[in-house]
Amino acid sequence: MKLRMVILATAAALAAASGGRALAADEVVIGDIDDMSGVYADVMGAAGVEVVRWAVADFGGTVLGKKITVLSADHQNKPDIGAAKFREWADQSGLNMLLGGSNTGVNIAMAKVAAAKKVPLFNIGPGGASLTNEDCTAYSVHYTYDTVALANGTATAIVNAGGKSWFYLTADYAFGTQLQAAASKVVEGHGGKNLGAVRVPLGAADFSSFLLQAQASGAQVLGLANAGTDFSNSLKAANEFGITKTMKPAALLAFITDINSLGLPAAQGLYLTTAWYWDLSPETRAFGKRFFAKFNREPTMDQAGAYSATLTYLKAVKAVGSTDPDKVMAELKKAKINDMFTKGGYIRADGAMIHDMYVMQVKTPKESKYPWDYYRLVKKMSGEEAFGPITGLCPLAPK
Amino acid sequence: MSDVFGIPVAVILGQLMLGLVNGSFYALLSLGLAVIFGLMGVVNFAHGAFYTLGAFAALLGLQLLGINYWVALVAAPLAVGLVGIVVERLLLRRLYRLDPLYGLLLTFGLALIAEGSLHQVFGATGESYPVPAALAGGVNLGFMFLPLYRAWVIAASVVVCFSTWFVIERTRLGATLRAATENASLLQAFGVNVPLLMSVTYGGGVALAALAGVLAAPVVLVNSHMGSSLVIVVFAVVVIGGMGSILGAIVSGLALGIIEGFTKVIYPEASNIVVFVIMALVLILRPAGLFGRE
Repeated sequence: MKLRMVILATAAALAAASGGRALAADEVVIGDIDDMSGVYADVMGAAGVEVVRWAVADFGGTVLGKKITVLSADHQNKPDIGAAKFREWADQSGLNMLLGGSNTGVNIAMAKVAAAKKVPLFNIGPGGASLTNEDCTAYSVHYTYDTVALANGTATAIVNAGGKSWFYLTADYAFGTQLQAAASKVVEGHGGKNLGAVRVPLGAADFSSFLLQAQASGAQVLGLANAGTDFSNSLKAANEFGITKTMKPAALLAFITDINSLGLPAAQGLYLTTAWYWDLSPETRAFGKRFFAKFNREPTMDQAGAYSATLTYLKAVKAVGSTDPDKVMAELKKAKINDMFTKGGYIRADGAMIHDMYVMQVKTPKESKYPWDYYRLVKKMSGEEAFGPITGLCPLAPK
Repeated sequence: MSDVFGIPVAVILGQLMLGLVNGSFYALLSLGLAVIFGLMGVVNFAHGAFYTLGAFAALLGLQLLGINYWVALVAAPLAVGLVGIVVERLLLRRLYRLDPLYGLLLTFGLALIAEGSLHQVFGATGESYPVPAALAGGVNLGFMFLPLYRAWVIAASVVVCFSTWFVIERTRLGATLRAATENASLLQAFGVNVPLLMSVTYGGGVALAALAGVLAAPVVLVNSHMGSSLVIVVFAVVVIGGMGSILGAIVSGLALGIIEGFTKVIYPEASNIVVFVIMALVLILRPAGLFGRE
């Protein structure tokens, strides 16, 4: 009896594993692996999957006469889960392209799979610039923003406004350390000083201890090299403990959802750098309106980036008449990107998508005239200025 | 001022104060867990979820009904405590005769459902709860700026912790509760309604978690994940104090808050594991916990 149960269970498991998705030659498969349930789930998340579907529908639902299918999975912020799912889809589901959501660590792990399986990977959500340097691959495109562009935008603006000495509150993982390193370089390059940093474990319950250390350093600027809830909670505590009276906070990465959670009274005056904002042009406002109608909030730059990246990929497939990864990558590195996300964007040899970035300052409650009217444009940076020159660390792009 | 081991005294005093604030949350949360485990033998993994629910109850009360902080401080724990009583009556009660593992699994499942539902409705980012006007601002202690609200958290939790300890260890009601854990059927033979006692105990423990949630709401973003990371630490606190020991939960909660605070200065990267290192040491050297009875 027991043996029969075991055999039955094994058979059922095997059937489930192999029958999950059959390899299909008559469809083009796009995947999206992201944090769907954790701290970054509002940055891209389930709404990000929805905008990918919008892009597919807007493209016509088919390419080269084949139906376009969208798969999605939750990586739970664990690199092993993200990489395993990517490998599974590449082996069993005929995956043609993957969108990588939030978390630099997970995306670094997935980049290795992209190289091994020759599947183009569009890194939408991660910040770590190592993805186009030491961790670059021939199949990677870093699409929305990176730590270098964030630092070039925000740190430059603050140093030029007189904030010369910095202390960092750094998220203790790949993203945070890369962001701190990029900002430190910018600060030094502009004649400023880095007085120190404290590495904070991801998802800390309380930031006040770290903030008092920052204050004791005597630095003028509090560089927040963290993201999501960690960013919001550290800024909230900085206000509460009066740190913001003696130090100027710098949001090295903030999404519009974070600003909305904090509220303008707590976030006003903050400088930040973004690749996209819903209230920039009639096109961005149209996308914002469409998104708002469905999700009752404005999209983040990552959600706009996911929509744009999907279209960019499909246009390249159409242009070369094939989903062959090498042909598509060659086309992607030739094409100009013009849509609601960016104008005149292009993908460099190292995989970085070079496009305009915007330095913003959060409005005061008085300046804000309508819902989600949060940012004042300080400076539009050209892609070359934002992302900087090729470093030579990626073997695909010698200096 | 002078230095101690190369750390300025001002920094030491500041961290001591902040450690007390964080320790207050640990104490309040571990107290509820210790009450539930000590009196009912249930390992309540849903404790973090009830903490989150308390914060959300305060937030929604404010947004939808205009209930202010002070009312929420009483109303939210009562409401969440009632939810706890329903859970005990409908689900937990069926598992008393089984291995404690089943209670752990049930409450863990409930926590996942509660967190998933909150995530579905409110998203991951969370929302801000304003600091009540009477507690805005702060005082300069010379070595640091202490927000009034944080001082209030210490005071409130110390009062709540010691009143709970007093009720359980020093009153007739507490004696009856403790008798129920020793020998429920004998107590029932004396005419005491033991099932009702159990419901009230669970509801009370859960209400303490919700109270901690309301206290935390103005300090952190109210979001669906706020309880899940905390509950693991709080379990470690309870193990260190001695499973089921009320006083152990309070004292180790405050002490670990302070130790964690100093770790944040000396070696910040280790601040989220120091509690677990201590737990491992305590389990090796004194398996019943610092205040537990063998």
